[in-house]
Amino acid sequence: MNMAPLFLSIKLASVTTVILIVLGAPLSWWLSQSRSRWQPVVQAIVAMPIVLPPTVLGFYLLVVLGPHGAIGSWWVQLTGDTLTFSFVGLVIASCLYSLPFAVQPMQNAFESLSRKNLEAAWTLGASKLDAFLSVAVPLSIRGFVSAAVLSFAHTLGEFGVVLMVGGNIPGETRVVSIAIYDHVETLDYAAANQLSLVLIVFAFVALFGMFLINRRWQSR
Amino acid sequence: MSSIRLKHAIQKGEFCLDVDTQIPATGITGVFGESGSGKTTLLRCIAGLDGSQRGSPPVHERRIGFVFQVPQLFSHLSVQKNIEYGMRRNPGTPVAVNEIARLLEVEGLLDRSVNELSGGEAQRVSIARVLCQSPRLILMDEPLSALDERRRNEVLPYLDRLHAETSVPIIYVSHNIEEICRLSDHLLVLDDGKVVAEGGLQDTLSRIDLPQLAGRNAGAVIAATQARYDEEYDLTLFSFSGGELWVAGRHESTPARLRISASDISLSRVAAEATTILNILPAVIEATSPETAATELVRLRLGDDTLVARITRRSLQQLKLRSGDDVFVQIKSVTVRR
Repeated sequence: MNMAPLFLSIKLASVTTVILIVLGAPLSWWLSQSRSRWQPVVQAIVAMPIVLPPTVLGFYLLVVLGPHGAIGSWWVQLTGDTLTFSFVGLVIASCLYSLPFAVQPMQNAFESLSRKNLEAAWTLGASKLDAFLSVAVPLSIRGFVSAAVLSFAHTLGEFGVVLMVGGNIPGETRVVSIAIYDHVETLDYAAANQLSLVLIVFAFVALFGMFLINRRWQSR
Repeated sequence: MSSIRLKHAIQKGEFCLDVDTQIPATGITGVFGESGSGKTTLLRCIAGLDGSQRGSPPVHERRIGFVFQVPQLFSHLSVQKNIEYGMRRNPGTPVAVNEIARLLEVEGLLDRSVNELSGGEAQRVSIARVLCQSPRLILMDEPLSALDERRRNEVLPYLDRLHAETSVPIIYVSHNIEEICRLSDHLLVLDDGKVVAEGGLQDTLSRIDLPQLAGRNAGAVIAATQARYDEEYDLTLFSFSGGELWVAGRHESTPARLRISASDISLSRVAAEATTILNILPAVIEATSPETAATELVRLRLGDDTLVARITRRSLQQLKLRSGDDVFVQIKSVTVRR
């Protein structure tokens, strides 16, 4: 069995998850605390990938990230490479595509924090950033675990966006879902079955682990 | 004596807080008022949590400790880590952690998770945590109101000790007049966002013109010293500037703070004989003020102390009681507050 697509998927999902947690946490925090009239606007934009067909997102990403697009042309100037049909392009696409899956659990966790608890931290001498890192984040750890597992699993399972933006370049953009599709197209059902089974087991283990951890923390 | 200026104005929907006053920079200042009078808002303004003005320091730079109604301990940290939280963030002032832990008797709790603490223990830990941040001022927002009667009585002695042993000024907010009588030295009465009375505890409590200090809140506090304990009848004799008072039970505290509720005092023109009332003392009427359609509050002078009595308007007229008259006060019950 050719495992390269699987490893590429895991690499893509890991990089995406790390980026989404790091950038998604402040965004989730803002969404949970803000009383700005822009908050619902941003909230809606973040949630859009859940509703839109992946092809819509993929199509516009292809346009924007392509060598003539706003970001793509800048990237070509900077690196000499194109963003589309590259691993970096896939990471950008995955981050947008999985964003709601990272933001929503973290935002929920932040929203369930008591504001008085944070006020206590401030009055004890913690700046807003300090209180965020030393109180809000540790108390929301379950939200972080959920966010990480969901964005990892969701990135692992993406197909449409990858196909549009990344294509099917072995070792660069040929992730496991594309590989399975490929195998089916060439009527190699055995190989498709093997990769699919691996994904099924992996998805179950990841989600089971997450719910187990959540339950442990709940009963604490 | 140096003082702290409180100047805060904030509009919150219909409610408007407008306070400009000075309180002593030592001891406990009680802030009394019904719910909705702006007590908590005042504390939040002082801490910088509400109505922060441009240019005023941010909350975390103020070094003003805040004890919340519910302890607000951090549940992901141990008791010890909770106590160290504020200390680490306010370096520069050496903190006698062990002494503070002993004062509030939390030494035995340090390794525990905060989820294992009782309500009273948690509030003691939160007070220790505030003391360890070496605050310049401590704000307490009804710290006992979330506790049941038993837990409250369990924590009160620690607040007495805190009062006796710390030099940090404390502002103590409560709608419970008994707590205020026990703990505070100075009193601020708030109503609808404004200060309606302020001053020393005894002087302010003996005001009879304030609706906030009428009804079940009416009554005075006097400072007394324990004279002796009568074992045979289980009574303690206290002496104060206006005479001597018998109090049921054994009380060792001296100087003691005695609370006499307005409804526990009656007046008579002549010293009653053959009565079951133990405490009958001569007094002079200072002032009277109508309380309800049926009742009047009477301020009485006994030596250097004052008491407040509630009598019916009918009795006032029948006995023709006026300011300056000599009367006898009959005191039915006295509580030792401290």
